[in-house]
Formats: sequence, structure tokens, C-alpha cells
Amino acid sequence: MKRSLLWKIEEIVMKGLMIAATTLALGCLLLILAAVVWKGLPAMNMAMITQAPRGGYYTGAGGGILNAILGSLYLAMGATLVALLLGLPIALYLQVYANRSWLAGLVALSLDVLWGVPSIVYGAFGFGLMLFLGMRASLLGGIIALSLVELPIICRAVGEVLKMVPFELTESAYALGTTRLEVARKVIVRQALPGITSAVLLAFGRGIGDAASVLFTAGYTDHVPTSLLRPVASLPLAVFFQLATPFPAVQERAYASALALTAMVLVISVLSRLASNRLSKYVVK
Amino acid sequence: MAEGWIERRGPIPRERTHQAIASREMRTKWRRLLDRMGGIAMGGLSIGAALLVTVIVTALLVRAWPILEAQPLEELLLGRTWHPLEGAFGFWPFIVGTLWVTGLAMFIAVPLCTLSAIYLAEYAPSMVQQLAKPLIDLLAGIPSVVYGLWGVLTVVPLIREHVGPWVDRRLGDVPLFSTVANPTGYGVLAGGIVLAVMVFPIVISVMEEVLHSVSDGLREATLALGVTRWLMVRKVLLRRALPGVIAAVVLGFSRAFGETMAVLMVVGNVPQVPRSLFDAAYPLTALIANNYGEMMSVPLYDAALMAAGLFLLLVVLGFNLLARSILRRTARRA
Repeated sequence: MKRSLLWKIEEIVMKGLMIAATTLALGCLLLILAAVVWKGLPAMNMAMITQAPRGGYYTGAGGGILNAILGSLYLAMGATLVALLLGLPIALYLQVYANRSWLAGLVALSLDVLWGVPSIVYGAFGFGLMLFLGMRASLLGGIIALSLVELPIICRAVGEVLKMVPFELTESAYALGTTRLEVARKVIVRQALPGITSAVLLAFGRGIGDAASVLFTAGYTDHVPTSLLRPVASLPLAVFFQLATPFPAVQERAYASALALTAMVLVISVLSRLASNRLSKYVVK
Repeated sequence: MAEGWIERRGPIPRERTHQAIASREMRTKWRRLLDRMGGIAMGGLSIGAALLVTVIVTALLVRAWPILEAQPLEELLLGRTWHPLEGAFGFWPFIVGTLWVTGLAMFIAVPLCTLSAIYLAEYAPSMVQQLAKPLIDLLAGIPSVVYGLWGVLTVVPLIREHVGPWVDRRLGDVPLFSTVANPTGYGVLAGGIVLAVMVFPIVISVMEEVLHSVSDGLREATLALGVTRWLMVRKVLLRRALPGVIAAVVLGFSRAFGETMAVLMVVGNVPQVPRSLFDAAYPLTALIANNYGEMMSVPLYDAALMAAGLFLLLVVLGFNLLARSILRRTARRA
């Protein structure tokens, strides 16, 4: 009798704690979004997103962060493209050719490990590679480092999607005399297209927000990017550098840049969800 | 319709059949060749991916070699002085700084995340579950710079103006809580809080998945004995899912350990061994990010930073392999 009462009290207390913890955790995260919108919205205007910095921008003169917005888009697009071109064949190989072989295990292990490597280490490695090749901080260097960050993300996400392709579908294709390459190209990729699209968008969103890997490899510039071999600006670094200045007017712009960055990431994330929902109507079930 | 088509075509001449067979054989050979070539190309890429970790470790090792050669390892890792211009490279303050910030973050995050994951997996109404999952995924994608900005805007002022003075009044004599050395708010506590919030999404989602993987039969059999839900969670579910929960914590730890930008922005960046929660610290990641690029003229500086990167990489590799082996073992058992 007494013990069951104790249990009941314990149940109520623990449930209360759990609800409090969940509210606190989700609340903190939502608070971040709220803070960014709250601070960023007043500082946001058309000039911010349509102009590159003019002279004296970092002491409060006119201009915007078009250089960083475009730079980030180019960096993330290039890196996502490279990562997809490398990652999709790897994921397909693991699923179609090397299913359950020791090589597949080794590659999966390696990708898992790569997934956890801090992006600053990719940055340092990329920079070392660039020194070795005699390159300077440039869009190309940033794309290389960032594609290393995105490769494990794409491989993992695409691999998950490929696993969902029904076993019967590929088996029927094989029964018709199809080769593995044809199954991979014409059956699996088509069937998994919605998932692959959403994986690509996921990696793109991750790439656009990553700062540590492009810090030394892509550099920073006030000019709108024009060449693969020139340095480019990026939004995360724009936030970082503008926040570090002592001028309140420039710090305001850091808030606006953060708002632009967050908005882009959230839009991409929502698009990725929509892609997997909408495109799935073309899939054989 | 189909019959008419066949009639119009009539019988196929003999030599055309031979041609057709020959060309089909050619086609089959070609398809086989393509299949083989595709396999070789894709396999080559996969082997490249498998070797990438080794390549990165080797590259960092080669670039860090001058310092590893010039100084004994224990002096490098345990040395307390950091004066690159005089050739003194001691990583100890940075290692301790990283451990303080990461440890504090996990101290905050683990209980909160465990409780939230249990709530979301076991208690929450299905509407809340369906709402929370995409929300957590969404929040996991917020760039780390934004977390850092939030830290500068909210956490640091909160510590400077409210938490610091409040703690100072009550616990000012305890060295761990002293705010005397650094009343600015930028320090270990701010870094720990920001990192904790950063790892919330990943730890909660992995833990929730682990809890979901425990079979329903086990839950129902326990509840059928008439115990409360929490008792079932504590006595059965958590015991069963313990390895997975630990793996989630290890994953979160290694994520926090390697995080750069958010920490860099709020932690104060003073190369010292922190003694109080309010002291400034200087984690390894921040060291690399702050000094890379401007160290070319100082001998061994570049190698020292690469050694720091190598150290980070090896620690994170170790933790990830640990988490992976735990997760795989549980997956096999379930």
C-alpha cells in the first residue's frame, strides 16, 4: 500500500520533470530562432541583400552582404554537386555491387567516422592540401573543403534512401536479365529520386551554414564572386566578422546576416521535406 | 489491333534473324562490359572514401611532424606555457579548456536530453510526437554561427548581469564559482550552455530512436504487472536501452568536442587553465580557427596547429568508433 503510493508520487514527479526538460530543451531552441528574428528583422532591408559592401562598410557606411550571400550559395552549390557526384556512386556501389561484402563494411565504417570529423579539421586538411598544390584561398579551395564535409552526409542520407527501395523491384529487374549498372541507373535511382533530392537539400543546408571549413580555404572578400580562383565571402563568416567589430551599426548587420542565413537554411530544410513528400507520388509502391 | 499489326509484318526473312541475334549478342557483351566498368569506377570511388580517413590522418601527421620531432609528446600535451614567439608550445591550457567546456555542456545536456527523449518516446501524446520530430530535425540544421550569435546576445549578458552576481553573492568564496577574475560573462559557463543547446537536437533524436527500438512486448509485459509507467521506464526500458543511450551521449560529446565557431564566439579565448566556471577558456578548436593563416612567419607554429588538429581528430575518431561499436552491438541484440 505504502509502496504503491510512493511509486505514484515518483511517477508524478518524474513526469513533471520530463515535461519541464522537454519544454526547456525545445524552448531554448525556439528561443534561438526568436532571438535571431527579433534582432535581425529591424536591421534587415533591401540594401542588405542586394548590394555588396561599399567603402567604409565595416565602420558603418552603406552597402550590404550580397557578396556573402552569393559566395555562400556558390560554395554550397559547388560542394553539393561534387559531393553528390562522388557520394551517389559510392552509395550505389555499396547497395548494388558490394552488398554485404567486407569492402562495404569498411567503406561504411570510414563514412561513419568521416561523418563525425569536426569541420575545422576538414578546413585544416583542405588548407594543407591547397598549400601542397600551390593554391591560394579561393572559391575552388572552399568547395573542396566543403565537399569533404558534405560527402559523408550525402552518402549516409542517400544510403538510407536506397535501402528503402523494395527488394522485389530490383529482383524483378534482375529476373528480366538486367545488369547491375542498369538496375542501379534505371530502377534504383529513379525509385529513390525523391529521397535523393531531399538528401541533396539536407547536405546543401549543412554546407551553407558551415563556417569552420571555409575559414581558411575560401578566405573573405568584399567583392561579389566572379572566378573559381579568387577568394569568396560566406554568410557564416560575414556574421562572425561583423559581430566582432566594435561598431553597433555593423553588429546590427551581423544580426541581419544571421537572419538571412537562418531563413535560407530553414527554407531549404522545409523544401527538403516537401521534396520527399511531393515527389514520392512518382514512386512504385 | 495487335493481330492486324502482325499480319501486315509477315514472316521475318532468315538473314535478318541472324543479324538480329548477332547484334543482340554484341549488345549483351557491351552491357556486360559497361556493367563491369561501372563497377570498377564506383568501386574505385568507394575505396577512395574508405582511404580518406587514413589520408587525412597522414596529411595532418606529415604537416605536424616538425613539432612532434622538436618536442617530446608529453611536453607538447602537458606543457603549460604558450608563447609561440619563444618556441614554447604547450597544449595543456587548451586541452583543459576544451574538456571544461565540453564536460560542462554534457553535464547540462545529458539529464535534460534523457528526460526529454523518454518523454517524447514514452509519454507524449502522438500529436506532440509528430510535431516534435520534424521540429528537432529542423533545429539540428541551424548553423553553429547562429548558436554563437544567440550566445553573445542572450547567454553572455544573462551571465554577466544576473547569474554571475547572484552566484558571487552566495558562493563567491568557493573557487569554482568565483567571478572575480572575469566578470565579462564570456567564459566556460557561456561556452558550456551554448554547446549544450547545440547538442540537444542530435542527442535527443538518437536517444529517441534507441528507445523506440526496444520491443513493445517488453513494455506491455512489464506494464501488465501493474507497475507505473515510470517504474517500467526505470527498471526495464532504460536498462535495456542503456548501451544506446550511452552511444547517443558519446556522439553528442564528440560533436561538442569538435565544435568551433559557436564556442569561439562566447568562450573568451584566454590561454589559461580555467579555475572557475566563470573564467575564460581557450579550446583547441578556437586555437586553430583564431591563429591559422597568420602564423606563417613563426617557425613551428603551423606544425603546432596541425598537431592540435591531429589531436582533435584522433580523440573524435576514438569516440565515434566507441559509439558505433556500442550501437552495432545493441542493434544485433535487438
